[in-house]
Amino acid sequence: MRRLVNIRPGPGSRVFLGAIPLVLAALGYLVASATRQAANPADKVLPPLDALWAAGGRMATQVDPITGAVPLVADTVASLARLGLGLGISTGSTLVLGLLLGLLPVVRAALGPLVAAIAVIPPIAVLPVLFIVLGLGETAKVALIVIGITPFMVRDLSSQVSAIPEEQRVKAQTLGASTWQIALRLALPQAMPKLLKGLRLSLGPAWVFLIAAEAIASDVGLGYRIFLVRRYLAMDVILPYVAWISLLAVVMDQALAWISRRFFPWDHAKGAE
Amino acid sequence: MSHPILSLRDVWVEYGDTIVLEKVTIDIAQGSFVSIVGPSGAGKSTFLRLIIGQEAPTRGRILMEGAPLVPEPGPERGVVFQRYSVFPHLTAIDNVAFGLDCAGSMFLGRLYGRRRKAALEEAGRMLEKVGLSHSRDAYPAQLSGGMQQRLAIAQALVRKPRILLLDEPFGALDPGIRLDMHALIDGLWREHGLTILMVTHDIKEAFKLGDRVLAFDKRRHDPHAPHRFGSSAVYDFPLTGKNRRPPAEILALASREPAEA
Ligand SMILES: Nc1ncnc2c1ncn2[C@@H]1O[C@H](COP(=O)(O)OP(=O)(O)O)[C@@H](O)[C@H]1O
Ligand SMILES: [Mg+2]
Repeated sequence: MRRLVNIRPGPGSRVFLGAIPLVLAALGYLVASATRQAANPADKVLPPLDALWAAGGRMATQVDPITGAVPLVADTVASLARLGLGLGISTGSTLVLGLLLGLLPVVRAALGPLVAAIAVIPPIAVLPVLFIVLGLGETAKVALIVIGITPFMVRDLSSQVSAIPEEQRVKAQTLGASTWQIALRLALPQAMPKLLKGLRLSLGPAWVFLIAAEAIASDVGLGYRIFLVRRYLAMDVILPYVAWISLLAVVMDQALAWISRRFFPWDHAKGAE
Repeated sequence: MSHPILSLRDVWVEYGDTIVLEKVTIDIAQGSFVSIVGPSGAGKSTFLRLIIGQEAPTRGRILMEGAPLVPEPGPERGVVFQRYSVFPHLTAIDNVAFGLDCAGSMFLGRLYGRRRKAALEEAGRMLEKVGLSHSRDAYPAQLSGGMQQRLAIAQALVRKPRILLLDEPFGALDPGIRLDMHALIDGLWREHGLTILMVTHDIKEAFKLGDRVLAFDKRRHDPHAPHRFGSSAVYDFPLTGKNRRPPAEILALASREPAEA
């Protein structure tokens, strides 16, 4: 009898195994929805598929007469702009701080405790402060994303950079490399795929912070819309929006994975993970 | 007579109250191939780190050609470690060209145009010398252990170091590959007039390649506080062409359990 730890599904059965829970979840929804509809045709909590499709289609195609825009498009553009700006600022500052902290013991001694302290503050708790200090505009929402994910990313990257084997740093110096050259030619390129990995891990939290900020103070955005229609129990709008957000998240994650494989093949070579 | 290329004068290394090396006084002549043996934990790597400049002695002086050694690694002292001494993100040829890039481009750390072409040519010749011409565009992860060590040697030699320091460079390799590496390093030593210091666990290797063998061990031993005595070079054998058989006391030393309790 083989041990369970040694049983590895092949490619085909892996797809099959992975599909089972998804199919079960979908079936579960359909059954629950049908049961509720049978009991109460006006039920709004678990709308049937065609209702979801209709409402989602309406949001994605029809111009809202008040704003003059298609809601799903306007919300997506607004949310992605905030998310992109927040992720961009976080990634840029992570790269600089992560390299400095990971490479220079002096900087680590000076800033390490500060970064560690900031990292334990729950970002959502700071949201009111951001709204008070920065106003209710775009800045506060972007700032929440940045404050929410940067400390984690910085700590992750700096530990990755300081984990570059001592042998490599010594070797570079015996080849005449200065601190600047070590940073540029040794640490930076090795940090890039790790930075992308950290960014991928931070996408989930970034979405959480974006939606939280939009829910509280906004007039457009995916999170804004969900929390707006919640008042009317409009599950037929909320669920397509959730599906759309999930799709965007998956596409962003896969795009980052592709960039990493395309530009840093050595990090994915045999021997590396 | 000219200065020895390296001289250590009453060098001590202590970590807290642990004494790793004590009273190490050694002269190393230009052009010699010194093998360093001893039980594990005897401070062989520490000795090498001192000479690389990775750390400074707690006491004592280290002179390179009569001048105090700068306690920082530099291009006149090349190094090959047992592992991790090539850069995983660079292809073989770029690993070798790294030293030339650093020497030629202070701000970008990388040469361009004609100068890059010249650097690649030089790096290519170095790769050829170590037998890696066919792998010039491979990343280290795609190379076998022996090929990675060849690459590390080519990379170290491109800056034409005076001294080459090897810390168990062939320790992780298969016996057959080791023999190839012996021929390679012996040839490079003769051709470049290098001074080589090589730490090894393999006594036969030490006596085959070296023209001098240093054995590190503790001179004194306190069973109640083993860390209070450090190691030093307890045996120092000059080797001539014929005299290549390891003496019994060295074999005994090598087969002993680690020095630390
Ligand atoms: N940075 C350090 N701090 C404390 N002890 C160390 C340090 N580096 C080495 N040692 C100790 O010094 C002793 C010699 O180590 P090492 O030079 O690596 O021995 P070898 O290379 O001969 O096996 C070991 O007991 C090791 O634990
Ligand atoms: Mg060692």
